[in-house]
Amino acid sequence: MQAQGATPNAPIMEVRNLIKHYPKVQAVNGVDFVVPQGICFGLLGPNGAGKTTTIEMMEGITKPTSGEILYKGEPIGARFRAEAGIQFQSTALQDFLTVRENLTYFSSLYPKHLPLEELVAICRLQDYLDRDANKLSGGQRQRMLLALALVNDPAVVFLDEPTTGLDPQARLNFWDLVNSIKARNKTILLTTHYMEEAYNLCDEIAIMDHGKIIAHGSPASLLAEHFQDVVIELPAKDFPEAAAIKIPHRVLDKVTQAVQINTADVNNTLSELMSHGASLAQLQVRPRTLEDLFIELTGKELRA
Amino acid sequence: MMKRIWATFYARSLEFVRDRSTMGWNLILPIALVFGLAFVFSGTGQPLFKVGVIADQQTSDTVNKAAHPFLNTAHIDFYPVAANDKTVTMRKVGRHQIDMLVDVRPHEMHYWVNQDSAKGDVVEKLLQASGGTALTKENVTGQEIRYVDWVVPGILGMNLMFSCLFGVGFVIVRYRKSGYLKRLNATPLSASEFLLAQIFSRLLLVVLVTCIVFVGTNLFLHFTMEGSYWLLFLVLVLGSFCLISLSLVVTARVSSEELAGGLLNLLTWPMMVLSGVWFSMEGTHPAMQMLSQLSPLTHMLSAARAIMLDGAGLAQISTQMLVMGFMSIVFLAIGAVMFKWTTD
Repeated sequence: MQAQGATPNAPIMEVRNLIKHYPKVQAVNGVDFVVPQGICFGLLGPNGAGKTTTIEMMEGITKPTSGEILYKGEPIGARFRAEAGIQFQSTALQDFLTVRENLTYFSSLYPKHLPLEELVAICRLQDYLDRDANKLSGGQRQRMLLALALVNDPAVVFLDEPTTGLDPQARLNFWDLVNSIKARNKTILLTTHYMEEAYNLCDEIAIMDHGKIIAHGSPASLLAEHFQDVVIELPAKDFPEAAAIKIPHRVLDKVTQAVQINTADVNNTLSELMSHGASLAQLQVRPRTLEDLFIELTGKELRA
Repeated sequence: MMKRIWATFYARSLEFVRDRSTMGWNLILPIALVFGLAFVFSGTGQPLFKVGVIADQQTSDTVNKAAHPFLNTAHIDFYPVAANDKTVTMRKVGRHQIDMLVDVRPHEMHYWVNQDSAKGDVVEKLLQASGGTALTKENVTGQEIRYVDWVVPGILGMNLMFSCLFGVGFVIVRYRKSGYLKRLNATPLSASEFLLAQIFSRLLLVVLVTCIVFVGTNLFLHFTMEGSYWLLFLVLVLGSFCLISLSLVVTARVSSEELAGGLLNLLTWPMMVLSGVWFSMEGTHPAMQMLSQLSPLTHMLSAARAIMLDGAGLAQISTQMLVMGFMSIVFLAIGAVMFKWTTD
């Protein structure tokens, strides 16, 4: 299972000045980026940011109002359809067909396809092959949909919010699968709400808001570019009023009343907290995350 | 291309066959209807109570009732017959499809009746009691066409129409609404490949079901069959193809099952009434007859009855076959051009 037809790290997909206007909504407003071959590229943003519209235009499902999308230097067409694997946010399948029958059916739609046994092994479907596809659990179903996206041994795989609605264990299992696909030198385009997911899986991310890309780069470089500090969090009850007056902070959650302090000098902040009699028993120090970055850039929670 | 069509055809057929409730309903309904009607119309036969009239000064729409007092008799449906249709109409008298033919033109003054027809006998007595110029009796012979013989192509055709239109239409709308079509759109499968697979899958199933129902009910009811079974099969295939193609036009863009249901009902009910499913369109207003020609079902039933009841060959039903073929091509072309994979 090797991606073919592109030089390593050459762009496998290019998006140029992509615009999509609906009658009352400007969903995508001039988006440009390139996706190098063999990486996992994450498109992040809150609901309504335009990421699904962008990815559906890249998949050839939605027609752009204007702009250009290239696959291996050519406008997307028959070659792209044969070489792309797609997993939508939600996909219905035919009733009364088993997992095996669905895989066989989708395999036969492509000129080239992986052997069923290999596909089953990659996505760990051995135990469910002869089960009605519509009677699988959430995690099993996502694995089967991923298998459908891989039937043609694609060069590029689109995963649109693949772990939404999965329990933490199923999500972790799915991440393993994505990492195993990455290891096979496939290019992955991933949209997700989950920052932890993007941080763990993506080599490069683009953050979208209001139909535009507001930040683009590797997760580490973006965090380094925007933050030189770390975050200290402690319960509000442990944060004395005297400290509150002197130390810049914000209350994170009205229910738990957690207090967040951003600081580049942890030692000094901790000394100051102790000098005001703060209890450090439940204090946590963590590095900045993509969630912080998104809030910094847009002023909004990512899952708002 | 053929591989993709075959795979889509196979997957859809599996889905249909495994949906036992739908499959069962598709088999049970027509069988119940045929047996129900055979029971209701058994014994008395209840033939159509009609008299064809050849007369001067009448139009294709109205009978010249002044031509003879008999034509004013109550409770008889008189309908005008053109003089050059006399032979065809005499055959209908022989087959008990109508009860009598009268020619009341002054230089003719004849009537044709089948001595074996109970209804014909009653109508003859009414003619004799009506007064006016005596008409010369001519006997016509022929095997009786029971109502069930006449109506069975109608019932099977009606069931086929519902199965083709709703069966394919609702499936496509469901696929579109659920996002399954969107998923298929992300594969190399083209719209025409998908549509052909749907047509062939439904075609095979409706033809198979109709044949089973026909053969099964025929074992008990022994339908009149004057023509070729192969030709009847050809009519069944072409008619079904035409009706399925029509459903593709209706549901090419619809993504709401309610709207699809409304549109399909709007189409099927007039077709059921105007295509001669339950009663002959002969004698109805010419505008209705013209309207009925727009329905593919009219041509299918007319061809099927011509084969079964009159022993018609391919040449005799060529007009109906050509019309159904032409309609199929037009419907298919419009359906493929208008087809949308997604809901927006």
